[in-house]
Amino acid sequence: MILIGERINGLFRDVAAAIQARDPVPVQKLAIAQTEAGAAYLDVNAGPAVDDPAAVMPWLVRVIEEVVDTPLCIDAAKPEAIEAGLKAVTKARPIINSTTADPERLARYLDMARAYDARLIALTMNRQGVSRDAADRLALAMEIVVAADEAGFPLDDLFLDPLVLPVNVGQEHAWAVLETLRQVKTLADPPPRTVIGLSNISQGCPHRPLLNRAFLAMAMASGLDAAIADVLDEELVATVSAGRVLLGREIYSDAFLRPAGRR
Amino acid sequence: MSFETYREQWRGRVSEVTVGAAGGVNDARKSITVGGAGALPFIDIDGPIPHRPAVAAEVWDVRPDWPAPLAMAYGAVLDDPVAWAQKCVRDGADLICLRLAGADPEAGDASPEACAAVVRSVLGAVDVPLIILGCGSDEKDNLIFPAVCAAAEGARCLVGPVHKDNYRTIAAAAKVAGHAVIAQSPVDVNIQKQLAVLLEEMELGPQDVVFDPTTGALGYGLDYTYSVMERIRLAALQGDRHLSSPLVVFAGYEAWRAKEAGLAGGSVDQGVVWEVVTATALLHAGADIVVLLHPNAVRAVKRYLRELTGEAAA
Repeated sequence: MILIGERINGLFRDVAAAIQARDPVPVQKLAIAQTEAGAAYLDVNAGPAVDDPAAVMPWLVRVIEEVVDTPLCIDAAKPEAIEAGLKAVTKARPIINSTTADPERLARYLDMARAYDARLIALTMNRQGVSRDAADRLALAMEIVVAADEAGFPLDDLFLDPLVLPVNVGQEHAWAVLETLRQVKTLADPPPRTVIGLSNISQGCPHRPLLNRAFLAMAMASGLDAAIADVLDEELVATVSAGRVLLGREIYSDAFLRPAGRR
Repeated sequence: MSFETYREQWRGRVSEVTVGAAGGVNDARKSITVGGAGALPFIDIDGPIPHRPAVAAEVWDVRPDWPAPLAMAYGAVLDDPVAWAQKCVRDGADLICLRLAGADPEAGDASPEACAAVVRSVLGAVDVPLIILGCGSDEKDNLIFPAVCAAAEGARCLVGPVHKDNYRTIAAAAKVAGHAVIAQSPVDVNIQKQLAVLLEEMELGPQDVVFDPTTGALGYGLDYTYSVMERIRLAALQGDRHLSSPLVVFAGYEAWRAKEAGLAGGSVDQGVVWEVVTATALLHAGADIVVLLHPNAVRAVKRYLRELTGEAAA
């Protein structure tokens, strides 16, 4: 299971304030803490409040790379902001987060991923929005896989995101996501890899960590490869360790909790 | 349409463990590195196999009670660890495995100082790296290893074995003096991994640890040992760092415990056959160090390795 730390995101007030003041310290602390907690990647998102994300993204990349070697997941709505972030990366191979299945957008992002030697997250949604069922998600997943294959993009570098929505507003989506995770593996050989934005499942709900952990365990059993998640939740990382052992991904030892969940 | 042979692509590597001089103060000593493989044994079309397995010969601090065919191969040197070790090196052993059997409370109860003195004299008499084994009594091994490890400081030996219920004292003594340790499990991959995690918490990582999965000789559990070694090696090649250490097997000691090994009367030395079959089978399961007893077994296994790998005599 590849854990991608979600915390460096302008949606969080502390990060938004740090960006506003161009104060690297809170961002760097989060980079170190998430890396030590077992994050294999760090998601980097300037957040919605920033006027010019294309200017902020290189600053975020630079201050994070000053303190950790952890590869980054460059997360923005605008391709200009993503490209600015990719240009600033000097250390490890990044992930682009994310494209939709719309053909023009997908083509542009596949080109960008190749140009900057990045992996790519593709959402199984398009301009019409997010479908309620697994079948439509799978149809879009297939379109993405075909487009990637035709573009000569290595399928190993592609992560499909079936879109997790808050359980309090779209209860039926949770099952649709799990069903998509299961079936997406039959679309190609080697099978496409999958990622979810885990914390979305509990947005606006009480008992968020519980919902996150429970859904992560279900998603792992459905074949999930990666999650953008709150790695600072020790119980969540422990759930990954337990899940790896229960699914036979890792040889059991009594110390199964001690090695961090990074893979 | 052309046919392409399927090749495994492994993402993990066996950890390299170096013993001997290893940059220590005793620069005259040879060093040996084992491990490092990125493929299953001998299948170097799949990945690199930088070091061939090493062959060690056992030397005891006290005269062992061995079957006649084995004892006769050594004769008088069995009473003198120094002369014994020198003979083993002449016979081609890459390492000496010094077993401090005389420390056993029921077999002489040698003091820590006496054990350290034997270690010093053997180290001074041969230039190959040393494996140093305790007597098998946890309590006594915990007493002798601090002195033994200190006496061998700078010669980076492979000491042990430690096991799940007794590792702290020996591991700490080894760590302080710069030695690597043998981590023993009872033919159990889960316990082997557990012990590796515990040792890593004492800052003995995969490069400081050699696994002893416990050897079953031919006819006495060889297949169980083989399976566990295979699982450990596959896990290492699949990237499980806590199972990535090299493997040592005590093929000679176990083979000569088999009742068939001591059978006399025929023209073939059954014990040597038992040792060689056990050792060579386990080489294919991933053994990186095989520890043997009879000089003819040492010669046969070394020749077997040379023939298979095409390398000049090491």
